Amino acid sequence: MNEVQLPKISARMLNVSFGDKHVLKDITIEFPSKQITALIGPSGCGKSTLLRSLNRMHDLLPYAHVSGEILLDDRNIYDNGLSVTQVRRSIGMVFQRPNPFPKTIFDNISYGLRINNFVNTEIKKIVTQALKESYLWDEVKDELRKPATQLSGGQQQRLCIARAIALRPEVILMDEPCSALDPISTRKIEELILALKEHYTIIIVTHNMQQAQRISDYTAFMYLGELIEVGKTQDIFTHAKNELTRNYVEGHFG
Amino acid sequence: MKQALQKIMSLLPAVCTAIVLLFLLVIVWDLFSKGLPVISFHFVFDYPSDGMTKGGILPAIIGTFLLTMIATIFSVPFGIACAVYLSEYAQNTIPTRLIRASIRNLAGIPSIIYGLFGLALFVQSLRFGTSLVSAGLTLGLLSLPYIITTTEEALKRVPFSLREGTLAVGATQLETIKDVVIPSAMPGILTGVVLTLSRAAGETAPILFTGVAFYTSGLPGSLKQEFMALPYHLYMLSTQHQAIEQVRPLAYGTAVILILLVFVMNLIAFFIRYKYRQNE
Repeated sequence: MNEVQLPKISARMLNVSFGDKHVLKDITIEFPSKQITALIGPSGCGKSTLLRSLNRMHDLLPYAHVSGEILLDDRNIYDNGLSVTQVRRSIGMVFQRPNPFPKTIFDNISYGLRINNFVNTEIKKIVTQALKESYLWDEVKDELRKPATQLSGGQQQRLCIARAIALRPEVILMDEPCSALDPISTRKIEELILALKEHYTIIIVTHNMQQAQRISDYTAFMYLGELIEVGKTQDIFTHAKNELTRNYVEGHFG
Repeated sequence: MKQALQKIMSLLPAVCTAIVLLFLLVIVWDLFSKGLPVISFHFVFDYPSDGMTKGGILPAIIGTFLLTMIATIFSVPFGIACAVYLSEYAQNTIPTRLIRASIRNLAGIPSIIYGLFGLALFVQSLRFGTSLVSAGLTLGLLSLPYIITTTEEALKRVPFSLREGTLAVGATQLETIKDVVIPSAMPGILTGVVLTLSRAAGETAPILFTGVAFYTSGLPGSLKQEFMALPYHLYMLSTQHQAIEQVRPLAYGTAVILILLVFVMNLIAFFIRYKYRQNE
């Protein structure tokens, strides 16, 4: 217990199926607190599905069936006593393509605060804080009333991160947050993710092996809906125990 | 050879466009050249007089305006609510698809059928009589399927990722729809609404049996009264009047006013969209 980090969020015997397609099979995994865990694996292996199970994003799909447990600390987020909005407030999400609301920069962040009943006097302070923490403040501080859609792709994605952290979540889920961005924007986002580690538990899906190595502490490799191997990022990339993992990280298939 | 064909194929659409525009120009020219001279302050703000051979068309303008307002009040809230249900809440089941297909089909029903339906339902069964409210509701019914269809299309165009973004910050489905989906779809919704209503404002058949009158001495003072309306007034002046030749200029004037009214509504739709785009 002393050696190993306590898990912030974990999945136990998680099974997800879409219609009759069994997408996640008996996934049991722990995500250590205030660490970055990368989910890797070939397309269609279920890593995005796993990520989306962690904040109940599948609730939207009538044909999705989820069984098993997701524990945040030690509460099952699929518990009836917990509302889905509460869950999503504690577990923020950043998507593959930046999806700012068609509102001003300020309102993009204040929206989540308002619907979660923050008082007006606090909102302004939190928005400023969130923009600073996401390294966006200096670029936008004079144009907070500008439509967010006028920002560049990289800025939009940092705004989406600011939007997520404004709510002070415990966990931040990121679904390939850099896949739509250029190398410089990607670099900035990676720096930001590393800085956020101090306060948040981060789980990131990525296709980019270099990115996983650059930013993550732990790496989980998935294949065909199963969790094949999970461990310290260095171990996974240098001496993985499983042959599939080794082949994948060395680029033999993907 | 191939290049020549390419050239012809690229010219063809341009020629077709030119032909269509030519027709439009001829119509507009004919209407305005004959109609504009009669239009004056008196024509717009006066009552008809001397067996409608003189005077203005104020009652018809007001009638059409009120009619469109009633149709709007009735059809816009119901239409948008119905579209929100179909697009956001209803699951893709056979009943849903059946409902959607029925609504699409309703949009294709000739307007005279709506007129007769309005006569049976509002005038007779509900005993509203031939009145402003019967005609307005009939026009509203006619507009509903268009409003539902265009609104649903506009809602469907809002990317799913945007909804996910809202839900991910802890919004409920209602908040997502109210705060992000509908505002994003607003330009599309409003365009659909205004275009539908501008079409409805020019309809004659649905109001024919449900409340429009040849002539009323004053403006409609209550919803239960009969009224005059521009399209019917035009129809009447051009085919039913005993002195057709004499009132022909008035008919042209009425047509121009009707077209201007529709044109102004379309301009409003354009302006609203422009404003929304700016705020995005």
